[in-house]
Amino acid sequence: MLKITNLHASVEGKEILKGINLEIKAGEVHAIMGPNGSGKSTLASVLAGREEYETTKGEVNYMGKDLLELAAEDRAREGVFLAFQYPIEIPGVSTTNFLKTAINQIREYRGEEQLDAVTFLSRMKEKMKLVEIDQSLLSRSLNEGFSGGEKKRNEIFQMAMLEPKLAILDETDSGLDIDALKIVANGVNKLKTKDNATIVVTHYQRLLDYIVPDFVHVLYKGRIVKSGTKDLALELEAKGYDWIKEEVKETV
Amino acid sequence: MSSDNQILEEFTSKEYEHGWTVDLESDQAPKGLNEDTVRFISHKKNEPDWLLQWRLKAFRHWQKMEEPNWANVNYPAIDYQDIIYYSAPKPKKELSSLDEVDPELLATFEKLGISLDEQKRLSGVAVDAVIDSVSVATTFKDTLGKLGVIFCSFSEAVKEHPELIREYLGSVVPMTDNYFAALNSAVFSDGSFCYIPKGVRCPMELSTYFRINAANTGQFERTLIIAEEGSYVSYLEGCTAPMRDENQLHAAVVEIYVKGSAEVKYSTVQNWYPGNKEGVGGIYNFVTKRAICAGDHAKISWTQVETGSSITWKYPSCILKGDYSIGEFYSVAVTNNMQQADTGTKMIHIGKHTRSRIVSKGVSVGRSQNSYRGQVKITKKADGARNFSQCDSLLMGSQCGAHTFPYIDVENKSAQVEHEATTSKIGEDQIFYCTQRGIDEESAVALIVNGYCKEVLNQLPMEFAVEAQKLLALTLEGSVG
Repeated sequence: MLKITNLHASVEGKEILKGINLEIKAGEVHAIMGPNGSGKSTLASVLAGREEYETTKGEVNYMGKDLLELAAEDRAREGVFLAFQYPIEIPGVSTTNFLKTAINQIREYRGEEQLDAVTFLSRMKEKMKLVEIDQSLLSRSLNEGFSGGEKKRNEIFQMAMLEPKLAILDETDSGLDIDALKIVANGVNKLKTKDNATIVVTHYQRLLDYIVPDFVHVLYKGRIVKSGTKDLALELEAKGYDWIKEEVKETV
Repeated sequence: MSSDNQILEEFTSKEYEHGWTVDLESDQAPKGLNEDTVRFISHKKNEPDWLLQWRLKAFRHWQKMEEPNWANVNYPAIDYQDIIYYSAPKPKKELSSLDEVDPELLATFEKLGISLDEQKRLSGVAVDAVIDSVSVATTFKDTLGKLGVIFCSFSEAVKEHPELIREYLGSVVPMTDNYFAALNSAVFSDGSFCYIPKGVRCPMELSTYFRINAANTGQFERTLIIAEEGSYVSYLEGCTAPMRDENQLHAAVVEIYVKGSAEVKYSTVQNWYPGNKEGVGGIYNFVTKRAICAGDHAKISWTQVETGSSITWKYPSCILKGDYSIGEFYSVAVTNNMQQADTGTKMIHIGKHTRSRIVSKGVSVGRSQNSYRGQVKITKKADGARNFSQCDSLLMGSQCGAHTFPYIDVENKSAQVEHEATTSKIGEDQIFYCTQRGIDEESAVALIVNGYCKEVLNQLPMEFAVEAQKLLALTLEGSVG
């Protein structure tokens, strides 16, 4: 589904990603871990098409397409979804209205008919249960005055509504208490199929107790320095990141 | 079919009635402005002598006045002798199908979501759709007539209800009020008149949209609304279709007289031609709008969405004379390219326990300049008066300007006056959040701006609000990148 080859990216002239290689197949869950400042969020942003990030080298092939050539909205329309680490507030625009606009633009891009109000609402109702989100929250201005937990749940709700092929969760666990974390993880798990893939970007192992990854990659100084199974995450939890830093030093 | 024919006949005879098919040449005043021009207009309209004298008085006063220059707008000096002050509306060339209509205009209609029938009517295509809208207008008049509501053109009111016009004309905006109001008083061409009898709640939104000929009332429009005690009316001005008017100067006057416990809601969506990207052409919209809450517990609410005109100079105001009367002003003003807007309101608190609320949302794009100018005056006798003002500015890009000029004048110690102002920019991160969900940049900007204006748009009647939203999106087109 996704093949990243030797990806380099910089922001404001500073190189953050220094040659990422990663392959993700449909049905897989990949966790990307690493210490602060290692480039995890940058990788998520670059894949989603944030303009401030300049890709200087490398390729990203997504379902046979050159992902880097696509505008951010077209990536979304092709099925790439980013759950933001810090969801943005849009005053005066409800989640409902926001999603209706998004879904209809995506459908138009795919040559499908606009979703009628009834279908839209019944889909909303169904997905609301999934992340245990309340209707009243969806009628309020998007993310404005939401608690940290509400914002993250809202992200997963949007993901449920948009049914992406490739979902990237950027530190979705940050700022969540254990109950909210379970709800969010539960939502993500239910959305998992054999046809979609998930990238979970996280600093801590905690989330991975609930969203069990098929592969774990450690990102450090803009490179993936170690890959393994979920046991790697446990090892990191037990030992911290220092041993990885040491290993990297030795090999350099 | 026979009723259709009848309607059709009514429609066509209406045009004759207004003399639009007589020789064009004689239906136009010579260029320039002097007492003869004023006489010409009054004569053309068969006005009674008192009205001619009223016009002449206004004209003589206007001659002694100077054009105001305090507004934060720049434009070349207007040569008032180079304007034709009266020109009967050009008979529309009848088109046989939409194929003959300017494709650009059609594209705009499409974006506004105006129905096909309405498109035909607006572009002057002679088909069944026209008949439909005439019948709508007729049914409309019947319903209103039964309640005693008068809703007609200003000229018609001068003929049919001279006593009302004589009593109220100039009672809220005196002919000497300001330069443009005096000019309008001298040469106004036509406009709308509305009267709601005591205790009547007008059952429908009164819209100039439904009134035939409304689009052709000319550049010096005059509107007078009278709400008797305990009555209610919601009045919609203008239609949201783009009006390709060639007249450069528009100086309209709107007067609203609200008696005790009556309420008037006046909504405007203004979309005059704004000029091209370089600022060539476009309307100068210099409007005087004022309402008086003459009796206790009266209420007036202004809502305006201003997206057009190259220059806007407009301050819908409220004189809160009755005790416990309420004035409200909700405004969205969007300027793009080279547009300039200096708009706001005046809240004059005279009665005790009067309340006013101002919510102004400015959006500046391109190289435009957008100013809010508002006055809150609490006079000595206005015990317990309260005002709340909120003036927000949203900027897009780095070449536009947003300005706020609040004037607060309090003469009574018991008054409570609050003023809040914010200035913000649409953030890259907001746009990225939208594009990441599959929304293109232009729609993202429209969505964000609509959200920002929501508090004001919510004040508009439903169908109007929907069109206003689309209009905002249209105005913002090309503002990204």
